[in-house]
Amino acid sequence: MSSPAPAKAGLYDCRDAYVATLEALGAADPRVVAVVNDSVGSSKLGGFRDKFPERLINVGIAEQAMVGVGAGLANGGKIAFVSGAACFLTGRALEQVKADCAYSQANVKLCGISSGVAYGELGPTHHSIEDVAWLRTMGDITVIVPADPWETEQAIRAAAALDGPVFVRISRMGVPALPRPADATFTIGKAEVLREGNNAAILANGTVVCRALAAAEELAQQGIAARVINMASMSPIDVEAILAAAQTGAIVTAEEHSVRGGLGSAVAEIVSQNQPCRMKILGFEGFQPTGSAEFLMERAGLTGPSIASAVRTLLGR
Amino acid sequence: MPQALAERRPDLAQRVLHVREMARWIRKRALRMVFEARQGHPGGDLSATDVLATLYFDSMRYDPGQPADPARDRFIMSKGHATGALYSTLAKAGFFPEEELTTYMQPLSRLNGHPNRVKIPGVETNTGPLGHGLPVAVGIAIAGQIDRADYRVFVITGDGELQEGSNWEAAMTAGHRKLSNLTVVVDRNRLQQGAGTEDTVGLEPLGDKWRAFGWDVVEVNGHDVEALIPLLDGSVARSRPLCIVANTIKGKGVSFMENKASWHHGVPNAEQYAQAMKELDA
Repeated sequence: MSSPAPAKAGLYDCRDAYVATLEALGAADPRVVAVVNDSVGSSKLGGFRDKFPERLINVGIAEQAMVGVGAGLANGGKIAFVSGAACFLTGRALEQVKADCAYSQANVKLCGISSGVAYGELGPTHHSIEDVAWLRTMGDITVIVPADPWETEQAIRAAAALDGPVFVRISRMGVPALPRPADATFTIGKAEVLREGNNAAILANGTVVCRALAAAEELAQQGIAARVINMASMSPIDVEAILAAAQTGAIVTAEEHSVRGGLGSAVAEIVSQNQPCRMKILGFEGFQPTGSAEFLMERAGLTGPSIASAVRTLLGR
Repeated sequence: MPQALAERRPDLAQRVLHVREMARWIRKRALRMVFEARQGHPGGDLSATDVLATLYFDSMRYDPGQPADPARDRFIMSKGHATGALYSTLAKAGFFPEEELTTYMQPLSRLNGHPNRVKIPGVETNTGPLGHGLPVAVGIAIAGQIDRADYRVFVITGDGELQEGSNWEAAMTAGHRKLSNLTVVVDRNRLQQGAGTEDTVGLEPLGDKWRAFGWDVVEVNGHDVEALIPLLDGSVARSRPLCIVANTIKGKGVSFMENKASWHHGVPNAEQYAQAMKELDA
């Protein structure tokens, strides 16, 4: 499948890769259906609806029913992609995610659209910076935070191929296509080392991965070799890659998520009990003030220069 | 897929007799489970039993040897705490051995207080928190509608449970999509955990609420098997989802439990248990 064109010069909206992949899956497999909460537009599912009108199920503004209906469609043999703004899909319907999907091991794919602080100025009601924390504690649901269009496509394909519940976090914030070898593969549960380095390790996922790479570039110019690891698979998580990162002696985690319960916490759980090392967790401290997504990212230190600075602080340089 | 008893068309009197016999067995077995486990929800087990027995031993098509058969009729116990009745029914229907019922709520038993589909064949979705069964049932019914499949989907909800808003989200979609393959039975025993439904947050006019959401509504005595059979056996073609408001008695069949909120999760002592068994055998 050819990747959709970038929304802005060099920057991609991962929703485009999501819907293009879903349409391709839908054409190949009649079991693929989409469930939305009046979110055809925000999920960019107009194309899917036009191609497969009977397979686009709009339950209206009703997230609990949306997730339950998704689980029911799975029971009826469908591969249900439940698409809604991440904040409502997870927050409003958290018990349905827990009981109907995770605990029931339903073959449902929950696609949290415009996750993190993508909705910027709309405020904390519309931010979704708690979702990964909530879902990864359940253990029985796969959680993926893709970083770019290629990885979004791979995550959606992997989710469709897996018989079980999956949450995929899909951002609308522009991200570049990450540099990868032509034979790159995506595997649930595996981290992706995007840059080698043994002085420190930067572990990031989602929209922050490109910023982690920028930080490593800056650090390289200062003689610091920082490993950059893309932690798209949050549950299951790649323990081996984390322990290898801990061997550098310094880990900075960076995520478009709360500093409580997300990637940083997951890494700390493993490092602290197996191979303690210095750590800095970058992300959001609770509810965010008014500001654009980019403003909030900068304010939380989720930029290349800030991540680089955090690495230097850890190294005492 | 074996036919349902209803499809084999014995005379109605025979069907009624068979369902009643099954219901008596379920009541006794559920009560024994609660007595031995020293916990459970006997009041709601006993109120839902006749509907359950009618579904599993007259109306529904299923093969306990192939619990995932795509063509099966589906049943969801949305009031997931009624596992005394549900597990007894599933065991009697052949989904797992009857002897296993003695492990109810014992350490590491798969038969915990609320049903788990991952471990127990015949359970369609995990319930326990209220208001979960109907949305899932609506999803199954939509899948059946898309596939033009002829399976049917049944849900028992508690009446107090209808205070959960998720039911009405799902009811709205079911009415909108005219899910004629879907039947909800409201176990209308008029009691919730601590008090009467109408003294807590009133549900009446309950039938009108469902009608307003686009459903066919029938009110029936939920212990009258003869009346339940023609409503559940699919003999009437429908163009909309069906809500059966089944007027029931919490604790039905055991005189001292009937209509007492305290038996929602009460546990009988030895003397009470003996008395209850005697009454159920009568």
